[in-house]
Amino acid sequence: MEFIDLSLTSVLFLFFVGFIGGLVSGFIGSGGAFVLTPAMMSMGLPAIVAVASNMCHKFPKALVGAVKRASFGQVDVKLGIVMGIPAEIGVTVGISVQTAIKGAYGDAGSNLYVSLVFVIVLAIVGGYVLRDAWKSNKSGNEDEEQVNKVARWLRSVHIPATMVYFRSINARVSILFILPLGFATGLLAAAIAVGGFIGVPAMIYVLGVPSLMASATELVIAFIMGMGGSIEFAWSGFVDVRLAMVILAGSLFGIQLGAMGTTYVEPNMIKLVMGVIMILVLLSRAIVIPVYLSTLGYIEKLTEGTISVLRVASFSTLALALVVGGGIILFSLWRGVRAEIERREEIEKALVVE
Amino acid sequence: MKFTKTKLVLETALLGICSAVLYFLLFYFEDTVLGWSKGFKKEGWFFIAPIVIALVFSVVHGAFTGHFWELLGIRAKARNK
Repeated sequence: MEFIDLSLTSVLFLFFVGFIGGLVSGFIGSGGAFVLTPAMMSMGLPAIVAVASNMCHKFPKALVGAVKRASFGQVDVKLGIVMGIPAEIGVTVGISVQTAIKGAYGDAGSNLYVSLVFVIVLAIVGGYVLRDAWKSNKSGNEDEEQVNKVARWLRSVHIPATMVYFRSINARVSILFILPLGFATGLLAAAIAVGGFIGVPAMIYVLGVPSLMASATELVIAFIMGMGGSIEFAWSGFVDVRLAMVILAGSLFGIQLGAMGTTYVEPNMIKLVMGVIMILVLLSRAIVIPVYLSTLGYIEKLTEGTISVLRVASFSTLALALVVGGGIILFSLWRGVRAEIERREEIEKALVVE
Repeated sequence: MKFTKTKLVLETALLGICSAVLYFLLFYFEDTVLGWSKGFKKEGWFFIAPIVIALVFSVVHGAFTGHFWELLGIRAKARNK
């Protein structure tokens, strides 16, 4: 595998996208990869090097984020490991599904598969997350997160020799329920590079983990999956470590801010940011589906002009998803930090007067 | 208070220098590092270099970025208050 020359512009671009991606991952547990991979491919990198190098920046980033959020007491390490191991298996299976589809239907077939997975999963899960965020916002009951029926039922099922206690839910749950969730997270991560779009909602709505802890624990899963995947890719020589480290340079600035941001917001905000990003990503993938359908001959051939317009619109929507997410997080952080500083000043003033 | 601030500045500067040196070395020895990264069949166990590099960078640069924001006054909200 040959590696490309890096220009200053591409280094700065990767640093910046890395920063925003880190900001979002620090906050919702994952994100950034969906913009970085296509962006790197447009720089002339083969798809597999883009995916591999991206993954090699993801696991050290997740590590730093997980350590930071663990310092706020938000990480359930045990749950992260129990979900992370089947997730790693899910990634391996997902990659072989991808390879099989690519072999049978070519690039357009594999792109169509990825886009369809994106649209279906994000429509169902993203729609649900947003609706839930909207509902709790309206009811004004933002602080208290209710454990739903599914999660209550799961806790009531006792399967001998498989029960494990998890700190995040303060209850025992059979590991047999958790393994498939982890596996699905990995499967999705292999298909669309963002396993967290399944992992975090699964933890919140199926296991009843509070959203702050779910998004923090996702970082442990991302670390395990990313490290396993990176070793596999490095074995075959697909990792361009320079690219990975340039993205990491930016994303470590971002992830620190994103992680700190979670300490200032209502838990509902995590769901809101996640839901908004998911729906925008869905839109971006839906826009390009006609392109793949026409390449495969399922619909009438599109003109070159239409194809390039659709592609630009799709990528811009992806970038918008990241920028909107990053913007909301930065705004919340800025507001929170300012209020905190004012509060400290008032306390100091009061002490001086005394 | 003043003592802690000086300590924070020193630590941040030190970590920043370490991080910069690591990046300088990575790009200075770019060809060698990329040579190691060519996979197990070509370079044997050197294929693991990107993973080791990623872990080392995450520790040093991660600590630097944490200190950097703290120095600018951006901190997490204090708990239990």
